[in-house]
Amino acid sequence: MADPSTIPLAHHFEDQEQQHETTAIGMWAFLLSEVMFFGGLFTAYLVYRNRYPEAFLEASGKLDVTLGTLNTAVLIGSSLTMALAVRAAHMGSRGGVVRWLLATIIAAGIFLGVKAVEYSHKFHDGLVPGANYAFKGTASADTELFFALYFGATGMHALHMVIGVGLMAVVAWRWRPNNVVQHPDGVEVLGLYWHFVDLVWIFLFPLLYLLGRHV
Amino acid sequence: MNPLTVTAVPKPKRNFWNHDFSVKSWLLTEDHKRIGILYLLSITLFFFLGGVMAVLIRLELLTPAGDLVQAETYNKLFTMHGVVMVFFFLLPSIPAVFGNFLLPLMLGARDLAFPKLNLLSWYIYMVGGVFTLFVVFKGGVDTGWTFYTPYSSTYANSHVIAAALGIFITGFSSILTGVNFIATIHKMRAPGLTWFRLPLFVWSHYATSLIMVLGTPVVAITIVLVALERLFRLGVFDPELGGDPLLFQHLFWFYSHPAVYIMILPGMGVISEIIACFSRKRIFGYRFVAFSSMAIAALGFLVWGHHMFTTGQSVFASLVFSLLTFLVAIPSAIKVFNWTATLYKGSISFSTPMLYALGFIGLFAIGGLTGLFLGCLGLDIHVHDTYFIVAHFHYVMVGGMVMAFLGAIHFWWPKMTGFMYSEFLAKIAAAIIFVGFNMTFFPQFVLGYLGMPRRYHVYPEEFQVLNVLSTAGASILGFGFLLPAFYLIYSLKAGRRAGPDPWQAKGLEWTVDSPPHPHNFETVPVVTEGAYEYGPEEVKRG
Amino acid sequence: MLEKLGIFPEAASEFADQVDYLYFFLIGVTIFFVTVIVAALAYLSVRYRHRRSPVPTPVHGSILLELTWSGIPLVIALFIFGWGAKLYIEHQDMPPDGIEISVTGKQWMWKLQHPSGQREINALHVPVGVPILLTMTSEDVIHSFYVPAFRFKRDVVPGVYTRAHFTADKTGSFHLFCAEYCGTDHSVMIGKVVVMEPSEYEAWLSGQPAGETPVQAGERLFTDLRCNTCHAAGSDQKGPDLAGVFGSKRLLVGGGEAIADEEYIRESILRPARKVVFGYEPLMPTYQGQVNETQILSLMAYLKTLGGAAEGANP
Repeated sequence: MADPSTIPLAHHFEDQEQQHETTAIGMWAFLLSEVMFFGGLFTAYLVYRNRYPEAFLEASGKLDVTLGTLNTAVLIGSSLTMALAVRAAHMGSRGGVVRWLLATIIAAGIFLGVKAVEYSHKFHDGLVPGANYAFKGTASADTELFFALYFGATGMHALHMVIGVGLMAVVAWRWRPNNVVQHPDGVEVLGLYWHFVDLVWIFLFPLLYLLGRHV
Repeated sequence: MNPLTVTAVPKPKRNFWNHDFSVKSWLLTEDHKRIGILYLLSITLFFFLGGVMAVLIRLELLTPAGDLVQAETYNKLFTMHGVVMVFFFLLPSIPAVFGNFLLPLMLGARDLAFPKLNLLSWYIYMVGGVFTLFVVFKGGVDTGWTFYTPYSSTYANSHVIAAALGIFITGFSSILTGVNFIATIHKMRAPGLTWFRLPLFVWSHYATSLIMVLGTPVVAITIVLVALERLFRLGVFDPELGGDPLLFQHLFWFYSHPAVYIMILPGMGVISEIIACFSRKRIFGYRFVAFSSMAIAALGFLVWGHHMFTTGQSVFASLVFSLLTFLVAIPSAIKVFNWTATLYKGSISFSTPMLYALGFIGLFAIGGLTGLFLGCLGLDIHVHDTYFIVAHFHYVMVGGMVMAFLGAIHFWWPKMTGFMYSEFLAKIAAAIIFVGFNMTFFPQFVLGYLGMPRRYHVYPEEFQVLNVLSTAGASILGFGFLLPAFYLIYSLKAGRRAGPDPWQAKGLEWTVDSPPHPHNFETVPVVTEGAYEYGPEEVKRG
Repeated sequence: MLEKLGIFPEAASEFADQVDYLYFFLIGVTIFFVTVIVAALAYLSVRYRHRRSPVPTPVHGSILLELTWSGIPLVIALFIFGWGAKLYIEHQDMPPDGIEISVTGKQWMWKLQHPSGQREINALHVPVGVPILLTMTSEDVIHSFYVPAFRFKRDVVPGVYTRAHFTADKTGSFHLFCAEYCGTDHSVMIGKVVVMEPSEYEAWLSGQPAGETPVQAGERLFTDLRCNTCHAAGSDQKGPDLAGVFGSKRLLVGGGEAIADEEYIRESILRPARKVVFGYEPLMPTYQGQVNETQILSLMAYLKTLGGAAEGANP
């Protein structure tokens, strides 16, 4: 563990324990809020999936399961590197924090890159809802809804990742070796956030890519 | 001795106002008290903006014909009145101003759990507000504050996206405030301040924060979907593309019904504080009042479907939502009865805050009981979307929430500023507001049952008499609302010094200076007794 | 008397009377509780005012009182719930016989059609004492069909057929309002419901240019839109024969089932690919944009008359 006496304590807290627990409970409350945010999206998706099962199945077949699986693996890997960054923070290892955060940023970059490739494929195939929508199939009308929700949900998820990458970059910069001592709570709540973003994908992937697919 | 030191005016104590006067020290402040003041100024601005729109609406309705403004303008007026009042006044009002200012003081803490986040919340609120002001000045939005699809998503020709963005952004301010309060109440309580020693103001803010955190994100995503639908024709709420416009109503009310409790619960907390102080008694049935806040928050999430009885939702769903709606009435009734019982064997004085508290109980009782009319399936069919519902929610929101807000500002103004206002003018203002309010909104109950639909720019002639009455009341009410602005500001110049505890109230916030030191407490207090331990000792008043 | 004072609406249906009884009961409950609370506040405020009661006596609470004042309101609340629910449920079932009126809401007018073909805009003439059965839909946004004198209101939702009914028991002319905000001229989307003696109604009907009945219009559309090339008996039968289709159970491609109700028929016209009947190819083009809601209602009225192969569940 890092030497507790060197860890900064904000003026309005009595001790480290209070500061730590307060930070954690705040983050959990925020994540609860995030659950409800994605909950609204999932509800909309499930309502329509239930209403138009065939169209959704057909449209879901157009998603690239290989790339989706690859991304799932990358994201789970990034959760591991994030957990290692948190551990390094608690050990007081500045180099460790910076290294593992950079690794997580790279993993996130790979995920977002793959996602961009998937999006551009959809764009080329005319699967983006709107005027140029050109799905070829029997139940074409309602497949547009699927893609609307696909882009809505994965887009919101990607936005959360971009925010996460930004925060990681800031935290990594603050933990640079010649800077003042940083509080490990910052890395810890960032870790909570990142695991949450992973978790959302763990729900999105089967719902969008896998459900009902016969392979 | 140097004669200069003898004649010098005693230097006022260091407090959160005078420790730094620079603009930067305000704009970058992390002090919860200063942030509370920033919120007070900004929500007051929005309140008067929404008020001007209300005045124009009432003036238009003076005659049955559409003679003052055109239909389109009228529709924008009631929409912007709703948006501004709900999202930029009612929702933040008590939590953002008094919750911010008082929670750390009541809990014996030096600040909220996350001071920087708190400042960020205010900036987010202001950014949302700027969007809304932009919409107002660019020509407005005409969808109604409820943004029902497919009108909002496909047919409206006004600034829906900018308005939606404003609400979306300000929603994050609400979420972050909720997160801050939850962490603060859990972890920042002074030693000895157990959950059941907390002032009821804190309990009601805890319940409110839970709703903010759990409900707001749902309306955020819903509003994003409406905006995206307008931009890209996604079709999620558009029946032409296979979407379901009623799904919007479900998602919208899932937040917006609990949001009503975000608006009223903090007001109930304020009333508990005031009633206890001015009857020199502990709140009767403290635990019941505390738990009733939590019960309202929990049940509040399960009743959204009562906004949709006429949409053709399934009979079974309507039955369940109606039943649950009647159950929410019980915790509200418990509060009203307990406040009343608190007066028993008290030693009651009638300072201005107490007048607002008593007014609140009466008006909230009417607002709550008329809610039963709307929750009742057979009757709602008739009164739904008429002036009856308009009257009902104004009784709860203005008769309840705004009275509580005014009660709060008269109760804690001495604490915030260190000055007493003119009790005489304040009582006159309270009386004018009470009369004006009832005259404005009571006729609307009658209008509603007569069948006058809401959001009508022109209306059949037989409704005119009651509309004239309502507009007359509104002019009294509007005048009444202006008065406190004057005498409160005047008190800063000419008011007498309040001292730490002008009301001889109990509670940690009254143990510190008025206005408080930037860091609230020099040493963290240790609490040894419950809230409102007013002893049997006689109190000198006046 | 209340009506004369202009503070109470006229009641012109039996349902309206029942709603009014409930309303008066609730007003009674409200007055009772508000009186009790205000009287208690006033009495206690005076009795225990600071001057008369300078020293407060601590009283902490009473479980018995708490249970009383949660229990009594709970019983009253449940009673009101039960009463309201009963009224609501009783009014859900459509009466077996009556006059079928089709209603289409459109920014900003009401379009109504009688079974014998007479069309009206923003006015509806009906006979007294006969159940009026409405089938309502909207061409654009959500509207709400509201007649205060009948205490009757139902939302009119695009893409959905709302079935509702009322029976007037008093002759006269009553307001028809749109109660769901629908855009600029929402407040002039109003009209009247004129309730007449049955004989007068007949006279009124015969005085109107009848034009086509919905069934006739539907039959004509069925030919004009060339539905008959695929769907009529004896055609090339690329599509299922539609005799007796209405209300029947349809087996679908992909294994599902559906009841051919109003929504199903509408969907099959506008989104034919969504539910394809088992044994057929998804060849039918969409008719979105080629037919409006009134025409779809006519087609539906026509289909309802195609009895024939009553058992013809699955072609």
